[in-house]
Amino acid sequence: MSSDLLKISAAEAAEGVRAGTVDAGELFALYRDRIKDLDDRVGAFLWQADEAGTSDPGPLGGVPIAVKDLFCTEGIPTTAGSRILEGHRPLYTAKAVRDLNAAGAPMLGKTNMDEFAMGSSNENSGFGPVRNPWDPERVPGGSSGGSAAAVAAGLAPWAIGTDTGGSIRQPASLCGIVGLKPTYGAVSRYGMVAFASSLDQCGPLTRTVTDAALLLRHLAGRDECDSTSLGLPEEVTLPSRTSLEGLRFGVPRELGSDAQGVEPGVGEVFDRTLERIRELGGEVIDVGLPHAPHGIAAYYVIAPAEASSNLARYDGVRYGLRSGNGTLLELYERTRAEGFGAEVKRRIMLGTFALSAGYYEAYYGRAQRVRTKIADDFRSAFGACDFVVTPTSPTVAFELGARTDDPLAMYMADYCTVPMSLAGIPAVSIPAGLAEPSGGGGPPRGLPVGFQIAGPAFSEILMLDAAFALEQAIGFDTTRAFL
Amino acid sequence: MIDRDQVLHVARLARLRLEEGEIDRMASELSSVLDHIEKISELELGDVPPTSHVIDVENVLRADEPRASWPVERVLEPAPDAAGGGFRVPTPGQ
Repeated sequence: MSSDLLKISAAEAAEGVRAGTVDAGELFALYRDRIKDLDDRVGAFLWQADEAGTSDPGPLGGVPIAVKDLFCTEGIPTTAGSRILEGHRPLYTAKAVRDLNAAGAPMLGKTNMDEFAMGSSNENSGFGPVRNPWDPERVPGGSSGGSAAAVAAGLAPWAIGTDTGGSIRQPASLCGIVGLKPTYGAVSRYGMVAFASSLDQCGPLTRTVTDAALLLRHLAGRDECDSTSLGLPEEVTLPSRTSLEGLRFGVPRELGSDAQGVEPGVGEVFDRTLERIRELGGEVIDVGLPHAPHGIAAYYVIAPAEASSNLARYDGVRYGLRSGNGTLLELYERTRAEGFGAEVKRRIMLGTFALSAGYYEAYYGRAQRVRTKIADDFRSAFGACDFVVTPTSPTVAFELGARTDDPLAMYMADYCTVPMSLAGIPAVSIPAGLAEPSGGGGPPRGLPVGFQIAGPAFSEILMLDAAFALEQAIGFDTTRAFL
Repeated sequence: MIDRDQVLHVARLARLRLEEGEIDRMASELSSVLDHIEKISELELGDVPPTSHVIDVENVLRADEPRASWPVERVLEPAPDAAGGGFRVPTPGQ
């Protein structure tokens, strides 16, 4: 019974609870016990709930959810993966978490992450790395690495994370699950610890496209506490499409299988997936995103600039760590020196530099203009196609420690995901197959490769419908890395 | 390129105390990232407007209605040092 319960999708489990064939209490206990017994092999959770709390199963059927530790939860430790917030218990709960709870998804636990969501490997967590369930010597991706690993390992039926430059899609790709970054503004950011406010967006990490659509239905909405939130134009319907006829998929020359840094194995899976699109009746065409190769450069000005401002609040005065007993200035400097990890310091320095007198126009001003060009590139592309498709990550999961000494190499992990973030458009990564890492090694069966589908702003319903058709045709087994 | 003195200047602006051993490393890591970023200086961007917000929303206002806020004691609960209904901090110094 319990292994069947584990393997059904979250949407099926919710359906089962409503039909009376699945017991919500049993489901919660199953996952709670699995986390207790097995999570020391993955390190996905920073905190776990003992009980589900509310008893109303609601539309989400009481199916419990793992929540990235970037979401504030009232009275429950919220660290954002940082030592500077160790033991911090917020006064309120993030809108996204509140909405999912109200729809019947109790919180299973809080998941590990790169500190303040800055990273692509989860190695920047202040509380230890997360291991990839497909190969414990490899990273799960980041920054939502704990959420991705928890779902891939069968320690959570589904999860939410946040994506600033790829932080949902890239770990979903490396862990062989589905990851959706909605249109900027679709979901409220209220109660999400801010990293780069013009880019941050909450979204689901799930085993199926249907699960992602179901969560999005309950996440999306306008919230007066986040004046940048707009919601989606209509209620999210569950995907059902089996054919891709009438849909056009654009492969950008700059981000296709022969783009910079794309591993041969990843390129092969990508090309094979394009073949499947054609088999399903979809049309595949070439498009250009001439400014996309400058995405990383623009992103690593804009995101650190916003972060340097957002993270100014961690000063040892109102909450979190305090260190130093000299003057107020010493208290600020020591608290921040002790509380922040190396990558967060690097980004604060980069952002402060880019915004400092004499450099603002050369860096921040130019980066914002590049952002305009990238958004224009997508607008032109969507004149010729319905979706832009790319590999989600240029590589499969890399080994722990492989990139920690080379920040730029780490940043390149987001080469194919950053352009969509800068343009504010939705994108979903679905598992498309397995490939060997280019340096060899890894498990004999290979490691997961993600396929990214991006659409125009607010095109989530059609985008997920297309992803669903492709998912059915690919038939990727998302339970293979279950512990 | 960014040198040691610039690193120290920026660290002061950012209220970050860097250990002696961190300074040179920070200079070299930031330099390699900035080298990459500087590639955008080759682009022709003359009259391209900057984007600060990607989705068109303008002047989002809400009704100006008073509502309850948290009591002071609640807000002070997570404070490392609270006293007299406020956050206590050391002297700003000279």
